[in-house]
Amino acid sequence: MPEAAPGVSIQVRVNGKLHPREVEPRKLLVEFIREDLELTGTHIGCDTTYCGACTVLMNGAAVKSCTVFAVQADGAEITTVEGLAKNGDLHPIQKAFGDCYGLQCGYCTPGLMISALQLLKDNPTPNREQIRKAIAGNTCRCTGYQNIFKAIENAATTMRSPSHAD
Amino acid sequence: MYPRAFSYHRASSLKDAATLLSQLGEGAKLLAGGQSLIPLMKLRFANPVHLVDLNFISGTSYIREQDGAFRFGPLTRHAEIEKSASVARVPILHDCAAGIADVQVRNRGTIGGSLAEADPSGDWATVLLTLSCEVRCAVQSSDRTLKLTEFLKDAFTTALAPDELVSEVIVKVPPENSGGAYIAFKRTAPVYPTASAAVQLTVEGDRCKDITIALGCVGLLPIRAREGEAALRGQQITPKLIASAADAARAAADPQSDMRGSADYKRQLVGALVKRATEAALRRARGQQVEVSHIYA
Repeated sequence: MPEAAPGVSIQVRVNGKLHPREVEPRKLLVEFIREDLELTGTHIGCDTTYCGACTVLMNGAAVKSCTVFAVQADGAEITTVEGLAKNGDLHPIQKAFGDCYGLQCGYCTPGLMISALQLLKDNPTPNREQIRKAIAGNTCRCTGYQNIFKAIENAATTMRSPSHAD
Repeated sequence: MYPRAFSYHRASSLKDAATLLSQLGEGAKLLAGGQSLIPLMKLRFANPVHLVDLNFISGTSYIREQDGAFRFGPLTRHAEIEKSASVARVPILHDCAAGIADVQVRNRGTIGGSLAEADPSGDWATVLLTLSCEVRCAVQSSDRTLKLTEFLKDAFTTALAPDELVSEVIVKVPPENSGGAYIAFKRTAPVYPTASAAVQLTVEGDRCKDITIALGCVGLLPIRAREGEAALRGQQITPKLIASAADAARAAADPQSDMRGSADYKRQLVGALVKRATEAALRRARGQQVEVSHIYA
């Protein structure tokens, strides 16, 4: 059993910025994002592929970053919660979570917002059942989800409006 | 949580991956979607010395329909199968793909990885057992095609040699007037089912011409409920006959008690799932659009 395997050079684009780094192969993508890049908006909840607090977009697809090795993100485009706001303006999803009280402690919120982003990219007019399925991989232990559903519906409405270009 | 340290190898082709497997020996493991392997490594149940990453090989993620069969690439993600309009014509495949864990896991997890893992709680093996399914397995210089029943040996055990990998999954499109359904009972979306039932049948007039019933999570391998099938095959399907098939399925199940429920509970459950899946399969075989969803506790 090797004590420490040789590092691997990777280049990962996170929220538009390219990061060339050397990583140990066993480093998880979430640890890479939090520790190497110091983007601590992406959270570690269960660390067992259950709770979804670590959800990020990898090449446009929501993934649990605790269940992907950083070396697998070589060449990939990652979006974390820090990539949502543009020029200091909150993304409609962020704004809706605030306006609708779609969070209490906030721990699960970054992951939920990324899952909401994936949903609304694929389906701009989701119904309640589709929202429920889309966030089935994100656990919230505070809210009971009702205000999260409302927040995602609210964000969908904003994102469909002609004034929203993104 | 960090797994034990390992050396990382990025395969450039499936052939290259098979070569790496034979060079690196039994301490090597393939990394496909990683949604089972990475958690196992983090818990240190799996401790590969070498990891061979298949994800950078192009052309391994596809769904092709030819000669009356679907051909799935080994790294075809559950999400691609879920979204495929052609696969939706075989509704049991869509039920399976759309019901695995959650969006995030379906975006990564692969059909080839799921079969090669052979987790008794996995979904694909149970569903594919109701269809005509073959698994193409490749070593460095040759390949062979196994029936799914030959491929699956035991819990977490397949016919794959240490230097062999899954290169394609081939599923025959069922004949006209067929329908199927797959229903699992789950405590929540991201977890494995407590029990599941897959039913695929063909009708001729008002009779059931052929039927296969497979039970998941209630044995070391998916179980064919052959007596349940016999209760319905050739018959005009009535609620009473469905109830007998469900009873036969309960008898065929061989569940173990665990944190998901007692053996008796799972046996009850799997009968109820067979009943619901048979009803949905029958309606689909008769051309009705039936939405099927897993049942979440």
